[in-house]
Amino acid sequence: MVSKLQAPLTVAAYKSDVHNDWCPGCGDFGILQAVQQCCAELALPPWETMVFAGIGCSGKVFNYMSTHGVHTLHGRVLPFAVGAKLANPDLEVVAVGGDGDGYGIGAGHFVHAGRRNVDMAYIVMTNEVYGLTKGQAAPTLGRGQQTKSLPQPNTNDAIQPLALALSSGYTWIGRSYAFDGKHLKEMIKKAIDHKGMALLDVLQPCPTFNDIHTAEWFNKKVKGPGENVMLPRIFNINEAGHDGSVKDPTNFDEVADKQRKAFEMAYYYGDRAPVGLFYEIKLPTYVERMQAQAPLLKKYAPARVPYEDASHLPTTDLSKSYEEFLF
Amino acid sequence: MKVVNEVNWMIGGPQGTGVDSSANLFSQACATAGLWIFGKREYHSNIKGKHSYFQVRVSDKPIHSHVDDVHILATFEDSTARLHAHEVVKGGALIYDPTKIMLDDLDLKSGIITLPIDFNTTLRHVAEVTGEEYGKLAIIKNTIAVSASMALLRMDISLMEETLTRIYTGKKAKFVGLNMAAVKKAYEAVDALPDELHAQFPYHLEPKKNTPKRLLINGAQANSLGKLKAGCRYQSYYPISPATDESNYLESHPEYGIAVVQCEDEIAAIDMALGAATTGVRASTATSGPGFCLMAEGLGWGGMNEVPIVLFDYQRGGPSTGLPTRHEQGDLMFAAFGGHGEYPRLVMAPSTIDDHFHLAFESFNYADKFQTPVIILNDKFLTHSLETIPPFKEDHLVIDRGRLATPQELETAIADGKGFPRFRPDAKTVVSPRPYPGQEGSPYWMTGDEHDDYGHITENPETRMKMHEKRMSKYKLMLEQIPEDRQFSLHGDPNADITLVCWGTTYGVLEDALPVLKEKGIKANFLHLRMLVPFPIATEKILKKAKKLVIVENNFGTQLGHLIRMATGIFISSQVVKYTGRPMSLDEIVSSVEKLSKKEIKPEMDPLTGQSIEKVVLTYGL
Repeated sequence: MVSKLQAPLTVAAYKSDVHNDWCPGCGDFGILQAVQQCCAELALPPWETMVFAGIGCSGKVFNYMSTHGVHTLHGRVLPFAVGAKLANPDLEVVAVGGDGDGYGIGAGHFVHAGRRNVDMAYIVMTNEVYGLTKGQAAPTLGRGQQTKSLPQPNTNDAIQPLALALSSGYTWIGRSYAFDGKHLKEMIKKAIDHKGMALLDVLQPCPTFNDIHTAEWFNKKVKGPGENVMLPRIFNINEAGHDGSVKDPTNFDEVADKQRKAFEMAYYYGDRAPVGLFYEIKLPTYVERMQAQAPLLKKYAPARVPYEDASHLPTTDLSKSYEEFLF
Repeated sequence: MKVVNEVNWMIGGPQGTGVDSSANLFSQACATAGLWIFGKREYHSNIKGKHSYFQVRVSDKPIHSHVDDVHILATFEDSTARLHAHEVVKGGALIYDPTKIMLDDLDLKSGIITLPIDFNTTLRHVAEVTGEEYGKLAIIKNTIAVSASMALLRMDISLMEETLTRIYTGKKAKFVGLNMAAVKKAYEAVDALPDELHAQFPYHLEPKKNTPKRLLINGAQANSLGKLKAGCRYQSYYPISPATDESNYLESHPEYGIAVVQCEDEIAAIDMALGAATTGVRASTATSGPGFCLMAEGLGWGGMNEVPIVLFDYQRGGPSTGLPTRHEQGDLMFAAFGGHGEYPRLVMAPSTIDDHFHLAFESFNYADKFQTPVIILNDKFLTHSLETIPPFKEDHLVIDRGRLATPQELETAIADGKGFPRFRPDAKTVVSPRPYPGQEGSPYWMTGDEHDDYGHITENPETRMKMHEKRMSKYKLMLEQIPEDRQFSLHGDPNADITLVCWGTTYGVLEDALPVLKEKGIKANFLHLRMLVPFPIATEKILKKAKKLVIVENNFGTQLGHLIRMATGIFISSQVVKYTGRPMSLDEIVSSVEKLSKKEIKPEMDPLTGQSIEKVVLTYGL
């Protein structure tokens, strides 16, 4: 069980003293701050919290936290984070990365993390470009779009990460916007609190390389149905009536219905950008599945199974296993 | 001439027809009889239908290698007889099905006893006496072939019953009666041979009474047990031959509380193990060549972040998918140099099946002591070879987790409020104190980028030098702190005329070859390198002193030969190599050393070095 602090710490206590070198106006600031606020509100002990990050601008999050921070490899944040969580489920593990990192080079890991339903939150900073390598197209950039540093318009179609998460088995799927601090913080908190694999896709402008989907673009009103009806670009699907929470995971009809609706919502992204909770279901976590197969793991996390005594002699008794081989 | 307790038995057949089960039955019967065995398995990358065979050598003293001459070839269909009949020695025996094959079609030497068994008719008889459905009995053919062999070898039928009773327990106990019906028919078939003919068959097995207990075990099992003993409680893997057997074994033993996770690929397998290791669990992964290649990225991260992790590479024939189910010592260079940039790694290879247990155990201590990736080079040969060995010695085993953070250091980190100085070099131990997440005061940062004492990214040239030097100096620690007898060993007369140099699993065949060579008047010894990276430089004095060096490796280019040349400047131009995907037999080693000592090998140019070499290329075995 992940423990909580008796005396909660301030948000500042979750900040490291490392100088932040993101570009001014970067959406990453909003996400970092929301993560730190959530840690404080959830009273997470920094020494029992591990923030795993991918590679790229988003990856630097690891260094700005005062928790354990692990900067992994490009696209590999999920395997690292999953390994840590399975080895010691008592730790709070949060994974953070970019869209190129998670949906591009890490797409294989992204899919299989859904199948496992490990109890952790994965926050993806979606800005449609590879920032740190100077603005190439990320897998979320639409075909034909030409952001500032692309020599030619993008030749690939965009993937729809929420739909991919849905078909991969993520049990909590949400989206937020980097500059809506309040909504973002609430969504991160829910993603962390969810017992299972949660994907929070966070839309964010890249002020340096994405000159199409800028903060101004996100803030602009779009034409609605009927004469002179203008609507905000970003809209909360839950406020608009979408309920993605499965009440009875054993009810096939309900599950299928909620999945269908979440899928439709995921593809809503066009003129308007939907945010909110798309889908949620309670299923056994990977640790629970492991414990069912190896009951000793109910008693001990793998990292806590005793195997030596006080004088460092190994205590694992193999005699039962030897029987099969002894003649 | 009667030959007691020295026999080489072979069984073969299409994959999926129970060749392995029959070899297990034969081996277990021999082990039950108190005899020593060494069994070698050969099979295709195929599920059903292709040819596989298993040879079991039996002796009344411990043996660690296979031989070429076959004394009994047991077959129950036509292909095995066709493919292997020529290997049966004069005076040996062939068990065959006369309804499937004509003896005239086989390449048989003269003076071989041929024992015809009509397997289908025998099965029909078994069906009749047991009331079992005939169609379900095909697998019993193996029992018949094994039993006929045992009858030829004059083993008492009660031994078969004892062995079958041990194999079929619980719900499967009903199979004992079924199999025994087949055993009796097989013994009757041998009884039906003319007495004078059976009397000519020189090979006898005689049970040994009151022998001490032994393990009948293969390399993958020995390796797994060593890992469990060491406290390894996390393993991630991606299915690949021949490494999967280890993960399967571990996953079949949930009672030890080990988390075994099948991943989406080998990239995830190594990265998950690294992530797990950061929490303090003893973590590892097991793979083979193609998967090992995918792990190069993760290993570099482990080296940079000083993560204790053990990678078991079960070598198979390469490059690429190569020979997926065959043997090769082809990954040494990749283990030594794979990956970009420089980081310390410890590369070792077990010598025997017993050593699989011990090295697997030690490897986790080394990973913790030096806080860096350890690569263990296993191989297909011993992974799937069966051997009787004395029980593993456990009394001397001690767990060493290396330099862990002390309560005092954690207190200081809390007071400083800057995080834990996880990477600050320790003047005495070089490696730094390691806290586990969960300990108050533990937070620090990890990154594949160059970093400072706390793990914060830096590109400062001085810090870079300090950190890089600290990491690379672990090679010196390894040389100093790993006992010399764990690094290498010299066997036989130190003043021999020929010194054979080897690594990994060629140990067994060389150990068995020394007395044979001695009988032939050849004074040879052998130097076995167990540690490969860093190079055990203390071997230099042995190499320099040797009168004639011969390198023995299961690869084309003598990869250890190159490491030796790099470290010492010594180029070993006499080479015994094999790259057919099959391990070296005792006969092959003996004859190749004979040829080299008689200077029968013509020099040729080595394409890898341009040097003149005398090279014996071994080819035996299907």
